[in-house]
Amino acid sequence: MKLRKVTAASAAVFALALTATACGGDDGNDSGSSSSGGGEKIKIGIKYDQPGLGLKTPDGYTGFDVDVATYVAKELGYEPDQIEWIETKSADRENALARGDVKLIAATYSITDERKEKVDFAGPYLLAHQDLLVQKDADITEATDLNDKKLCSVTGSTSAQNVKNDFAPDAQLTNRGGYSECLSALQNGQVDALTTDDSILAGYAAQDAYKGKFKLAGLKLSNENYGIGVKKGDTETVNKVNEALEKMVSDGAWQKAVDDNFGPADYKNERAPKVGQIVK
Amino acid sequence: MTSVLYDAPGPKARRRNLVFSVVFVALLALLLWWVWQVLDDKGQLEWSLWKPFTTADAWTTYLLPGLADTLKAAALAMVIALPLGAVLGIARMSDHRWVRVPAGAVVEFFRAIPVLLLMLFANEFFARSTGVASADRPLYAVVTGLVLYNASVLAEVVRAGILALPRGQSEAAQAIGLRKSQTMRSILLPQAVTVMLPAIVSQLVVIVKDTALGGVMLGFTELLNSRGTLAANYANVIPSFIVVAVIFIVLNFILTSFASWLEARLRRSKRSTGAVLGTDDVDDLNAAEIGGTRATGADQ
Amino acid sequence: MFDFLSNYDDPSLLGAFWVTVQLTVFSAIGSLIWGTLLAAMRVSPVPLMRGFGTAYVNIVRNIPLTVIIVFTSLGLADIFGVAMGAPDDFELKYFRLAVLGLVAYTAAFVCEAIRSGINTVPVGQAEAARALGLSFSQVLRLVVLPQAFRSVIGPLANVLIALTKNTTVAATIGVAEAAFLMKEMIENEAQTLLIGAVFAFGFVVLTLPTGLFLNWLSKRLAVKR
Repeated sequence: MKLRKVTAASAAVFALALTATACGGDDGNDSGSSSSGGGEKIKIGIKYDQPGLGLKTPDGYTGFDVDVATYVAKELGYEPDQIEWIETKSADRENALARGDVKLIAATYSITDERKEKVDFAGPYLLAHQDLLVQKDADITEATDLNDKKLCSVTGSTSAQNVKNDFAPDAQLTNRGGYSECLSALQNGQVDALTTDDSILAGYAAQDAYKGKFKLAGLKLSNENYGIGVKKGDTETVNKVNEALEKMVSDGAWQKAVDDNFGPADYKNERAPKVGQIVK
Repeated sequence: MTSVLYDAPGPKARRRNLVFSVVFVALLALLLWWVWQVLDDKGQLEWSLWKPFTTADAWTTYLLPGLADTLKAAALAMVIALPLGAVLGIARMSDHRWVRVPAGAVVEFFRAIPVLLLMLFANEFFARSTGVASADRPLYAVVTGLVLYNASVLAEVVRAGILALPRGQSEAAQAIGLRKSQTMRSILLPQAVTVMLPAIVSQLVVIVKDTALGGVMLGFTELLNSRGTLAANYANVIPSFIVVAVIFIVLNFILTSFASWLEARLRRSKRSTGAVLGTDDVDDLNAAEIGGTRATGADQ
Repeated sequence: MFDFLSNYDDPSLLGAFWVTVQLTVFSAIGSLIWGTLLAAMRVSPVPLMRGFGTAYVNIVRNIPLTVIIVFTSLGLADIFGVAMGAPDDFELKYFRLAVLGLVAYTAAFVCEAIRSGINTVPVGQAEAARALGLSFSQVLRLVVLPQAFRSVIGPLANVLIALTKNTTVAATIGVAEAAFLMKEMIENEAQTLLIGAVFAFGFVVLTLPTGLFLNWLSKRLAVKR
């Protein structure tokens, strides 16, 4: 008697849950089928939360990484509507390539020796530097100025580790979950500077909410060679992507992408890097 | 409302309570006013930061798909973890050593590892040994991680619930000739589930919240992860956190309300066992977060 | 294979887990106190206190911990300027903020565990205490809570284990505990799985003995009825 009630109740829960998931499942299928424009697709990993580089907006994906990836995909024979964008978190980039979840990754992916053991890189396609974002009227001109300052960066990021281990070991450094959280600290005067790659900082500084409040210090604290990640051993794709990148620079599309994405941010970027030439 | 812990308040106590209440409400109002002032002062109340939430774009691009993924993962995890937890819990009380020991090991092991890491390993497992499409894999991994952890916890809840029942229940069942499996199925489990419902519901709330771990490393686009993307686009970090917090509160409130309704239905038939100290209110369905709660005063 | 572990000294692997232990211990003490007070409020004679306790538990418990921890830094520290007595020492400031967030969150679960413990104390105990003329706080302190605590060691052990693992969320505001170091290593070494296994092992080492010990303790101290 009692059991029947419990069973009935759990059956109700079960049924509810099933309908919920069934609905969810349908949604997934719908969006999947409606966006496929026929033909084979290419999956490209980008960041979703970095204005100026890779940003998911209600109108689609924008940013320099996105433009570069779109151009490269076109050279590889994929139209823009054949690209499937995938969010690749920093921690998952190597594995996503190794598993074949994505064919390419263009997600502020700096070429380093450790990573080169796991994945192959095409490019670089952009040379960025670690820099500081400070209040408009701040006075920081050298790395040594930082030692009595308060800094913010993202937990685990290379930039945070550079500060701690190399150029300002005595600085007060707070790490947060994302750059937006750091901007909040900067805006409210809890820290003096936010540090990471200048390309990323510029994108944030150009957002309407922050426009005119902050500036880049221009310190060039490190060299970050952004490359396009490809599965280890896939030399054919690396070569094709390299050709595409060279073409992108020579036909002016690279400069246009720079102007489109970094122009509003007033970011003085480096000239287009030569493919295969990594600035240490 | 009466309680066995104190006498019904007399006129003096009632007056004192009233004074307490007025002072408390005044202090609370003062605090809220101050919070509001500071927020305003720091520009967090500016309409431009909150306006995106009144547009359809913000919801259809970020929040609703995020919510859908959160619900999907939570529902699947609940549906699988509940029966699995019951089985593990019963197995841990088996008379046979070869059933009891492995079940205990599984429970202790999966309770000890952070869920985030379980998800990470599950993701790799699915990638290496199964043909799950890469688009679905984060969901599979998140659900697997949640199931392994929460089934272990639920197993302990169920076990504690069964242990808390008076011995007479199983003795009587044996006396009328029921087999062990029958005793468990028709006598012990139904009572244990009713007794432990508060703890079980708390665990379901944990499942809903823990879906948020899927966005940390696997790029599972649940609600909290979508919030990050949204805040990057609209540059409104603090408002976005507040909105998402409210959504989670509402979601879990619906879940607990449904459970309390269910509990009331299940308990109706045995009114006498609800003799609990000052706890006839509905909010009571929440016992300890994670299992192991002993009998909630039932069948004393 | 594990060579990379020795490349880290700020924090080192042991140092990071030591911070995890510290976070756990401070938060456990804090949430035990605050949680007991909340439980007392929830069964108290003053309606307003009951209302506050109920509202607190139901709101805090329904928010993901990440959001609460982030609120301590984005909200309390940035907006309201709460520095926890260490405005110029970030390490200390964010450690204390993390403890605050963990206490606020965990106390809700401690409260409910204790309240279910109060429910296991036979009604006759409280009635007898009142018949002796004890006041509410005396009934609670001298008769009900001592019995309640003994019967909820099991549930509290679960809360403690969950708390140990929840300290990993403190990495979100930059407290250099185990999960923080794990993120650093993953960023540098490109060996996510191996690193994940190392840290999973670390947590098993921390939580398994705690769980087994408290399980034994709860059996030993159980109120025989």
